Amino acid sequence: MGSEIRTALPEVKVGLLVIGAGPAGLAAAVAAYDRGVRDILICERQDFAGGILPQCIHNGFGLKRFGEELTGPEYAGRYEKMAEERGIRIEYGATVTKLSNDRRVTVLSESGMKVYAADAVILAMGCRERPRGALPVVGTRPAGIYTAGCAQKMVNRMGLLPGREIVILGSGDIGLIMARRMTLEGAHVKAVCEVMDHPGGLRRNIVQCLDDFGIPLYLSTTVVEVEGEDRVTAVTVAEVDERRRPIPGTERRIECDTLLLSVGLIPENELTRQAGIEIDPVTNGAAVRENRETSIPGVFACGNVLHVHDLVDFVSEEGEIAGNAAADYLAKQEKIETAPVARVTAKNGVRYTVPELIGEGETKNVTVFFRVSDSFRDATLVAENENGVILSKKVRRMVPGEMQRVDLPREKLVGEVTLSVAPQGNS
Amino acid sequence: MENVEKIRRFPCTVCPMGCELTVDTGSLEVTGNGCPRGKAYGVAEVTHPTRTLTTTVALRGTDRVIAVRTDRPIAKELLLPAMDFIRAYAAPETVKPGDVLVEGFMGTDANLVVTGK
Repeated sequence: MGSEIRTALPEVKVGLLVIGAGPAGLAAAVAAYDRGVRDILICERQDFAGGILPQCIHNGFGLKRFGEELTGPEYAGRYEKMAEERGIRIEYGATVTKLSNDRRVTVLSESGMKVYAADAVILAMGCRERPRGALPVVGTRPAGIYTAGCAQKMVNRMGLLPGREIVILGSGDIGLIMARRMTLEGAHVKAVCEVMDHPGGLRRNIVQCLDDFGIPLYLSTTVVEVEGEDRVTAVTVAEVDERRRPIPGTERRIECDTLLLSVGLIPENELTRQAGIEIDPVTNGAAVRENRETSIPGVFACGNVLHVHDLVDFVSEEGEIAGNAAADYLAKQEKIETAPVARVTAKNGVRYTVPELIGEGETKNVTVFFRVSDSFRDATLVAENENGVILSKKVRRMVPGEMQRVDLPREKLVGEVTLSVAPQGNS
Repeated sequence: MENVEKIRRFPCTVCPMGCELTVDTGSLEVTGNGCPRGKAYGVAEVTHPTRTLTTTVALRGTDRVIAVRTDRPIAKELLLPAMDFIRAYAAPETVKPGDVLVEGFMGTDANLVVTGK
């Protein structure tokens, strides 16, 4: 026989659907609730809330938000409590498999598959680590190569030691934190290699994770080969030139049994792209207005899914912006789409800006977040458009590894606005 | 033999400004600090550096671990000896975030506190 049976998935209406119960999603849901929204559902694919925070057992979170230095679990706990106090529903083990451009969200969970027809959606899916497969490293496929975040989960959530003689590639915060973590647990971290000519993570982490333990940091250095059949036995590192190409003759062999990779975080936007939402090719997240609304009205984005943050405090702040905006959107009787008033473009010295677009709004200023592409000392940040200079501000220190922010007067933000660093003042 | 005065340069970690401090380890003079807390940090860092310890401990009778921290910084040189203690220690399975596991941890005025679930 061959009869085709099609069963439509059950469809449930929901007011605000938040994808992800990490720090961004929780903050967004709490903000929306406080702004009057009551029909809220957070879909979380793991069986716990907090996103990546439960495995980030180190402290340094919450200095701006709470004025305290909390550990990841403590910070997540604060927001989980806020959500719980407000009775915000969280569905665990619920993976969103599809987002359509009319805000229909397909969810897979133990109870089956269903579609939520949402009046507003907040994307808070976070980011993923760049894996070994994405790197051009020659070698065999031995055990002992992990991303730093995977090793972190093994140590901090599972009580497992990934290895004993460690080489770490990448001096971003995750790599630095794991250098310390592995050392504390009795492993020997032989080197942290960084392909750029400057460290990637926060300065406090260079001090507290490397200097404290005498772990060498080799800049302009990368891993070019991995040895080992069943298990890693050594890596070969080499210096790189200004184009990040290995320099022949600088190769050095380091014996080790483990290679940890901390080589980039990528916002997790499969759903976003699938929905046809406009993506910023530099951030790899949605292009948004200052209220964090994407190119689909009623769909907002916040946190690491939008752009990778260094401080979770800013993630929460961004979640609040999105939550407030979603609440305002839901409260509007007539949802009139308005064209953006301005487009913000990153130019010399600035790698990207969030937001990329400016919509119509009431606030006197708009806060633009950005990252620089180089290290600058006493350089001048310039915002301008066809009408002239909007802002020219001397900033003592700007480095790529620390997200920056600047307040721009809304009334001047029209047309094509560029943000750049003036040529003089390189460090 | 020449008495060489050692000058140390490091970022202050008290607040996110991260002022670059220059400290004369002989005279304990601090420059580059943007505030008095930074000056105090600079002196402490070259005389009695302290760090908050964050790690995991085993849960007694299980193969699980739970995240813990010292509720205030302890002497930097105690970190690795503290880990020897931690390795031999197991917490009761029923502990909750905020519970004090060890008072006066490693002979300091810091307590070892549960932070995870």
